[in-house]
Amino acid sequence: MANHSQSTLPGADDILRSQLDNGIIILARTNFNSPSISLQGYLEAGSIADPDEKLGLANFTAAGLMRGVQRRDFQAIYNELETVGASLGFSSGALSTSFYGKSLVEDLGLLLGLLRESILEPVFPAEQVERLRAQELTSLAIRAQDTASMASLAFDRILFAGHPYGRPEDGYPETVSAITRQDMIDFHSSHYGPQGMVICIVGAIQPQLAVDLVSQAFSTWHNPAQQSSYTLPPIPGLPAPARTHVPIAGKSQADLILGVVGPERRSPDFLAASLGNNILGQFGMYGRIGESVRERAGLAYYAFSNLSSGIGPGVWYAGAGVEADDLEKTIEMILAEIRRFSSESVSEEELADTQSNYIGRLPLGLESNAGVASALINLERYSLGLDYYRNYASMIQAVTREQILETARKYFNLDQLVIATAG
Amino acid sequence: MDIAPDPTCQKLHLPNGLLVLLKEIHTAPIISHWIWYRVGSRDEIPGGTGISHWTEHMQFKGTPRFPSRVLDRQIARDGGNWNAFTYLDWTTYFETMPADKIGIALELEADRMLNSLFQPEEVEAERTVIISERQGSENEPTFRLSEEVQSAAFRVHPYHHEIVGDMADLETMQRDSLYRHYRTYYQPNNAVLAVAGDFSTPAMLDQIRQCYQSIPAGASPPRLRRPEPPQAGERRVVVEGPGETTYAEIAFHTPAAHDPDFFACTVLDSLHAGPTNLNMFGGGISNKTSRLYRALVEGELAVSVAGGFQATIDPFLYSISLTIHPQRQAEQAIAAVEQEIQKLQDAPPAADEVARAVKQARALFAYGSESITNQAFWLGFSEMFAEYAWFTSYLDRLAAITPQDVQRAAQMYLRPQNRVVGVYLPSRAS
Repeated sequence: MANHSQSTLPGADDILRSQLDNGIIILARTNFNSPSISLQGYLEAGSIADPDEKLGLANFTAAGLMRGVQRRDFQAIYNELETVGASLGFSSGALSTSFYGKSLVEDLGLLLGLLRESILEPVFPAEQVERLRAQELTSLAIRAQDTASMASLAFDRILFAGHPYGRPEDGYPETVSAITRQDMIDFHSSHYGPQGMVICIVGAIQPQLAVDLVSQAFSTWHNPAQQSSYTLPPIPGLPAPARTHVPIAGKSQADLILGVVGPERRSPDFLAASLGNNILGQFGMYGRIGESVRERAGLAYYAFSNLSSGIGPGVWYAGAGVEADDLEKTIEMILAEIRRFSSESVSEEELADTQSNYIGRLPLGLESNAGVASALINLERYSLGLDYYRNYASMIQAVTREQILETARKYFNLDQLVIATAG
Repeated sequence: MDIAPDPTCQKLHLPNGLLVLLKEIHTAPIISHWIWYRVGSRDEIPGGTGISHWTEHMQFKGTPRFPSRVLDRQIARDGGNWNAFTYLDWTTYFETMPADKIGIALELEADRMLNSLFQPEEVEAERTVIISERQGSENEPTFRLSEEVQSAAFRVHPYHHEIVGDMADLETMQRDSLYRHYRTYYQPNNAVLAVAGDFSTPAMLDQIRQCYQSIPAGASPPRLRRPEPPQAGERRVVVEGPGETTYAEIAFHTPAAHDPDFFACTVLDSLHAGPTNLNMFGGGISNKTSRLYRALVEGELAVSVAGGFQATIDPFLYSISLTIHPQRQAEQAIAAVEQEIQKLQDAPPAADEVARAVKQARALFAYGSESITNQAFWLGFSEMFAEYAWFTSYLDRLAAITPQDVQRAAQMYLRPQNRVVGVYLPSRAS
């Protein structure tokens, strides 16, 4: 059975990776078990390029791509998609704009055609831009009432003060109101281009055919004006621990987030931090933090820790949703677990459990085409190598208790701890 | 052995009454195991609302053989994904595991069908967890609105209350009531076992018999039957709360899943508000060309619109949920919904609009079939309100719907007398 598992994991012999002359990287893998395909990818255009006073520009531009293209209006675009039960959408992060699509395999040509038109030929019709703005502003008004979102926003603002990661990608009401249609056109022409773009197709299609279709759609695209490189500044660091509260009236529950800067995805510390985090606040019912806050004290429905690592500094944090009166008690309980985690090594048993969990659950994450596509995108984004999933079990087994303790000590410096609450 | 219409699915009863459905799928080394109980919030009376959901939580608190932490640890060690859901009509528990580790799922589910402890201290610790779960939901204006609309729609039928239960009952529920509920409904003859994935049917059946056959059948639990009388006029509710955003929900009484009209209503929903995705795993699609989106969002009366239509044992609700445009009033958007409904009542939709709904459903089925977990879900889910053939014949039954069927469904179900209109008004106090 182990061999069976191993051979179904994606690897260099069944992932086709190809690069077009204009720089676009294509990844493809076959799955004929369902007549559907998943299409995912990203472009190097993110909120890092947003001016402070127009924060949300990258996000607004991405949301505007499918609001009208040279040959089709908004309704015509979605009519093509929805008539065949397909979907396509864009979303923007700090460093990139991602796209996600799916269709029956017979409609892949249609999906790729619409992807091409949306990325290359958007026209941002004025009427649609205003309609979209009202939708974005409503989302921000809803965000302002969401305790978890507001705690997270306040947390990032302090932890990454002066760094692009301290700014919300969807902006603020005043910055979204300041964005003009011309800003979107300019952002598109100076940041969208084939350099750094990745497209992945997984599903009921031969990989070479998928590559050929992408090539037909995108090989002639060039944008000499593309500003594709970015530099992330260093994180300034905090002079002292910091705490903030965002009051939101009329809420029956408060949310809290507390944490520190974590390793980036490509850091040699990443796997040890990830396994350690699983023990701290994920394994079973939210790990040690869940055991303490939910199982023993019954204070919260959710109480967990999370490690969020990408390009540049990551975040290692714990969170919980509790009654406002229980905030202090919950913070103390979580801090007690963090102190223990960064002063004593985890037990042999805990490490063995977590290693086994990581290795066993890998094929479950690859059940659907979308799951495989997102796994392949990660290989590319973080330069992990096409055989990463085949080598995964041995990398996980190699992590030691000492490495986890060392990583916990390195990152959980409580002098730099940020606590944000909302409710 | 009965052969279900899907030749890849085998269906049989064990002598103790446990209904078993098995489907071999050899696309990945994974098996998904689901046990379904015919009990949900519809079986609860005032004083005991939320008892099914709380019982589900207690099922994770251990048996003598699998004490609570051991349970979690076993599944997680093996890389399994497990969870449980309580719904109006049913309660279900699933484990998706690497194929060679599925034995633990069978052993633990068979064990906790009979042997859960419901220790008083665990019941008390869970009380505050569940209250916290409810408070988290109450933070959401849409939950508060939907709860009021649902309770206004059902005066008699127990679909009246939210699955999580009313706070009054969560504060007072006692251990013995929970345990009695458990022992009444968690019987092999009140359960359906559905397993899909990388196994051979005879070997899996042997494993199932070893684990489940010795559990004795119990008295057949009676299901609470309190049919909702026909609604005789529109009902309106208003909820006020914090925020800046106005929401509206319009809910119509609609047929149960076994009713032939369910399929006409499914097509109606699809062209009205975009297809509702019945898969538990596998995402849906956008609804930007649906009639309501064009009228309301493109018409700048709302910033989003969604339709919700669910497969239930008794007639439940078709709901249209609106987030109102910041410069508009809820009544303006509600009037536009009424106009769209009127159009469907006045004239049947074009044939290609109906064909489109069928293609959309076919695509959603294909996305859902990528996941073994989702395929196992359907084996059991469909048995909760009909049988597995309901699922396998679903696309054919949709394809048989005519434009006149859709028009008739709009005339029959989308009448003002048959609806509840709810509005969430922001107090803007903050």
